[in-house]
Amino acid sequence: MSIISPGFGGRRRSSRPDLPPGQYLTHDFPVLSAGPTPRIPLDRWQFTITDEVGGKHSWSWREFQELPAEDVTVDIHCVTKWSKLGTTWRGVALDTLFESVETTADYTMVHGYGGYTTNVPLEDLLDGKAWVAYRFDGDDLAPEHGGPARLVVPHLYFWKSAKWVNGIEMLQQDEPGFWEVAGYHMYGDPWREQRYQGD
Amino acid sequence: MARAAVSGRLTWRAATVVAARWETSSVRTLVLEVPDWPGHLPGQHLDVRLTAPDGYSAQRSYSIASAWPDEEGHIELTVQRVEDGEVSSYLADVLEVGQPLELRGPVGGWFVWRDEPPPVLLVAGGSGVVPLMAMIRARGEVRGRQPFRLIYSARTPQDVCYAGELARRVRDDPGLDVRFVYTRKTPDGWPDPPGRITVPILNTYGWPPDFAPDLFVCGPTAFVETAADILVALGHDPKKIRTERFGGTP
Amino acid sequence: MNEVDGNAMAGDLREIFAVDLTAAVATCAGCREPCIVATLRVWGPAPGLVARCPSCDDVVLRLVRGPERAWLDLRGAISLQVPLPPAGSLAEGPA
Repeated sequence: MSIISPGFGGRRRSSRPDLPPGQYLTHDFPVLSAGPTPRIPLDRWQFTITDEVGGKHSWSWREFQELPAEDVTVDIHCVTKWSKLGTTWRGVALDTLFESVETTADYTMVHGYGGYTTNVPLEDLLDGKAWVAYRFDGDDLAPEHGGPARLVVPHLYFWKSAKWVNGIEMLQQDEPGFWEVAGYHMYGDPWREQRYQGD
Repeated sequence: MARAAVSGRLTWRAATVVAARWETSSVRTLVLEVPDWPGHLPGQHLDVRLTAPDGYSAQRSYSIASAWPDEEGHIELTVQRVEDGEVSSYLADVLEVGQPLELRGPVGGWFVWRDEPPPVLLVAGGSGVVPLMAMIRARGEVRGRQPFRLIYSARTPQDVCYAGELARRVRDDPGLDVRFVYTRKTPDGWPDPPGRITVPILNTYGWPPDFAPDLFVCGPTAFVETAADILVALGHDPKKIRTERFGGTP
Repeated sequence: MNEVDGNAMAGDLREIFAVDLTAAVATCAGCREPCIVATLRVWGPAPGLVARCPSCDDVVLRLVRGPERAWLDLRGAISLQVPLPPAGSLAEGPA
């Protein structure tokens, strides 16, 4: 049981009824990281979907830029309790990327440069629920925020929105990724406050 | 010396601020009374946790600045106010004498100085001087005779912490030497232009490797890496270099 | 967000274990190099502490602190060699 620190307000924030439980609204954009920021030259960047029989579908950066992209405005919720409303991104919908992929697998492991992984069920990536985004707030996505491109899955806690994303691997069953093995929730629905395993 | 073993796990507990003083315009020392403090070794740190009425909390680590035992049984933390720092600005500007502070410690058994014969080199970058000052104070308490050298890098003379006490100790504690390095602005008459710590400085004002000194380096991550690399390049045994990197997270 | 070192994990680890672990020697499962836990390159503290090998940068240790429990994932360490005070010693000390 913590003691209250007299006069401590912390960073500017407020809790509001339209936020998921336990969340606070923030006006900055904290950078959380599990390691050094990878620096990926665009001429070597690649995004690959690997299906359950090992078939690969890859896009170079140039090919990626030629895909139809969308501008979206979404709310994002970090498991460390900050939320940002109305963030704007430009990216390619996972629906577009999966058009050419035939799969019967229901689960995915999302991979990023630097070794980060996180698991997301396939149905949570489709039907307008997720994008591979390369622009944020009117600018190219900065490296510390996941640039050149990151996954954006706003309906789940933001650790599922893998930074420096470089691929998706189809899985027959759900397997824990980088933070999930260390105690974070396999699914991560902010509205049911699924932060840790067992929640 | 320290009381007998603290067994079992460590938990958070409430301390009370009994006094406070400014070391520089942005650095404040808090004197704390911690019930049942088990004692600590110089170099150890503790974690501070602040909790707002709505349950929001923030946590940071601070090195213990004072040596143990202390006449009054108090411990001291020296906190640098970091721009935009939610914890450091609370500790520097809001927390008052008489108010509580939740902490967990002491912790850290590697970055510590134990009273042993070898000469010691302390290399401090900015607020990295705090745990090294605890070592100097501890040596003073036991009237240690092993030679101690502190190389202390600060931006300007106004940013030097403990300036008066260091001058007094250099005068009164036999075998203690201090050499300042100023990175932005030097005092009048200073022989060198402002600049960062260099190979010649660590070579001249440190110890030769064949003295087999114990070496402690503390400060921001980049400073520690530079200084440690220089010490290794000068021939010091990497295994004798103990480092503590501060992140600068406000 | 800056990188710090294993000293920053001392408090969270000491909450779980009854001994200080920063002086322990961890052997990296990736490159097999031993290193002092205090010298691991540490990222975090949110969403958790990630400690990487100073030689090869592989993740050695992950620590997540929830409200009433802590998870420690050590698959990146083959072993941890923890110094203990000699038997019968009074000075287990404040570490």
